Amino acid sequence: MSVLVDENTRLIVQGFTGKEGTFHAQQAIAYGTKVVGGVVPGRGGETHLDLPVFNTVEQAVRATGANASVIFVPPPFAADAIMEAAEAGVALVVAITEGIPALDMVKVWAFLRGRATRLIGPNCPGVISPGKCKIGIMPGHIHLQGHVGVVSRSGTLTYEAVGQLTGLGIGQSTCIGIGGDPIIGTTFLDALTLFNEDAGTHAIVMIGEIGGNAEETAARYVKEHVRKPVVGFIAGQTAPPGRRMGHAGAIISGGSGAAVDKIRAMEEAGITVCSSPAEIGEKIKSRL
Amino acid sequence: MKIHEYQAKGILGQYNVPVPRGEVAFTADEAEVAAKNIGGSVVVKAQIHAGGRGKGGGVKIARDAAQAAEIARQMLGMKLVTHQTGPEGRIVQRLLVEETLPIERELYLGIVLDRAQGKPVFMASAAGGMEIEEVAAKTPELILKEAFDPGVGLMPFQARKLAFGIGVPAASVNAAAAAMMALAKAYVAKDCSLAEINPFILTKDGKAVALDAKINFDDSALYRHKELIDLRDLNEEDPLEVEASRFGINYIKLDGTVGCMVNGAGLAMATMDIIKYAGGSPANFLDVGGGASAEQVKNAFRILLSDPHVKAVLINIFGGILRCDTLATGVVAAARDLHIAAPIVVRMEGTNVELGRKILRESGFNFTVADGMRDAAEKVVRLAAQ
Repeated sequence: MSVLVDENTRLIVQGFTGKEGTFHAQQAIAYGTKVVGGVVPGRGGETHLDLPVFNTVEQAVRATGANASVIFVPPPFAADAIMEAAEAGVALVVAITEGIPALDMVKVWAFLRGRATRLIGPNCPGVISPGKCKIGIMPGHIHLQGHVGVVSRSGTLTYEAVGQLTGLGIGQSTCIGIGGDPIIGTTFLDALTLFNEDAGTHAIVMIGEIGGNAEETAARYVKEHVRKPVVGFIAGQTAPPGRRMGHAGAIISGGSGAAVDKIRAMEEAGITVCSSPAEIGEKIKSRL
Repeated sequence: MKIHEYQAKGILGQYNVPVPRGEVAFTADEAEVAAKNIGGSVVVKAQIHAGGRGKGGGVKIARDAAQAAEIARQMLGMKLVTHQTGPEGRIVQRLLVEETLPIERELYLGIVLDRAQGKPVFMASAAGGMEIEEVAAKTPELILKEAFDPGVGLMPFQARKLAFGIGVPAASVNAAAAAMMALAKAYVAKDCSLAEINPFILTKDGKAVALDAKINFDDSALYRHKELIDLRDLNEEDPLEVEASRFGINYIKLDGTVGCMVNGAGLAMATMDIIKYAGGSPANFLDVGGGASAEQVKNAFRILLSDPHVKAVLINIFGGILRCDTLATGVVAAARDLHIAAPIVVRMEGTNVELGRKILRESGFNFTVADGMRDAAEKVVRLAAQ
């Protein structure tokens, strides 16, 4: 079992013919993801990677029965691409694009309200259910099919954690990169809820970082509802306040977002918090 | 992106937020002329990108133009240290000369993005003039909040609610509410990430005025605000960080001895953390970007080694799709071209990792190849201590 994506996922790629869109579509196909086509306004009717290209998401969905979309559209047009996918009724939209203006995401947030579409990201590595479906830019080969759910705000730090798990022979049900921006479609709370309700997920890894208080909110949920082992790590314990550490959302400001507060909230919720990022795999092993 | 107070007030003025009459001055002579133009007593304010200027001696009242010039002479070129600048302080290079106003009450207004609500939130407080972080920590009930939709703006009823809530007298409520709505309009129009007026004052003659102003812009939205680019003051930024940004490298200087080069922001933060955990201290945050091409590796090396405190370097690249042999070749080329003497610990994962390690080992350079993050951190901390 897994969450969000599996062998029944039918994926379209928005920004299909661009460099990133092309490369990662090839990687997804090679991994076994059912990529059914792509969308590039003005290129409808063409064929790319032996797959049909459409002018609009609506046409792509009607022709292919796609139920997921991945977005590789440049930042100025990405918010529009997300809303187009939602309007076309795509159930899962994964936005990889980094650098979407925050107020554009405020519009997207309002637009998605009351719609069934789930957005992952933006500024995220994507979602993978190992052995079944890969949507995003993560290297497929480091993953192993299994029963640990991984949710993270980071990209390469997630690969690090997954690499440790796989190295210990511990497989993953689904790995969700929720993204490093301040406004994101799927939060820790959403992802933890999905994992908690998934019979195929036996333990959860949660990798947070400085900025905001989504980790604290998720910790409250864990305390009240989650009986599966949860192992966590917070990146940025040594980060100075007031500085944006790469990710738009990774900043300690206005007296909130410090690592120490997140760690305290997580420990109080019974989450095993790793002091070192090298311990994530071992800690999960000890709690399985 | 951060800007100066006088620039922020310029923008707020365009959106009809009342601001004091004032002029920017780069020299004492300009300050004197500004004071003459304004007339009467003036306030001379040091313009640096940090708060707490008053306590550090960066805000002074002058009774006339001659005294304004004298104060300006003292302030320009001085090192201003506040709780936000760190001990190294900032050199004052610009001043704002402004009219003085009869203050009746000091209030606080601010707008930030509320992540949980996915909307901008307008904050107002009767506790003006104080650090809002302090107010939030000690007396959060003194901060009133109204989230608003950027398409709709802050509605008049929301602004009135805030104004009455923070005790603005009825006679001044309309003026205060108008200023609030104007602030919200500026926040949306200019894609701000923070807009703050602290203090927002009510004068003895019933006016509502932004006595101070702070605006930060969303870097991701700057592409659609070409008019804002000129407002950037590179003197306020670390020269190495400016240099790094030109290559699309995210670099933040810290005060330790272990230089870090990492791909990805989260892993870069985690690398800093594990260096600390291993008993060392990171000299920087550096995200070299997704590609980590030979050219980027070279640029990153040059930037992080410009910091004289760096005693050893840790390269931590989780490549995944990236080929480690390509990366290793780039690292060797950079070490050769830049004549790097500092010990370098390399930890890399990805395709062709064995071949990559072989290239490093056989390069003849002082590379230590590490296995995993813990091993890498322990090795580099040991080398930095030697």
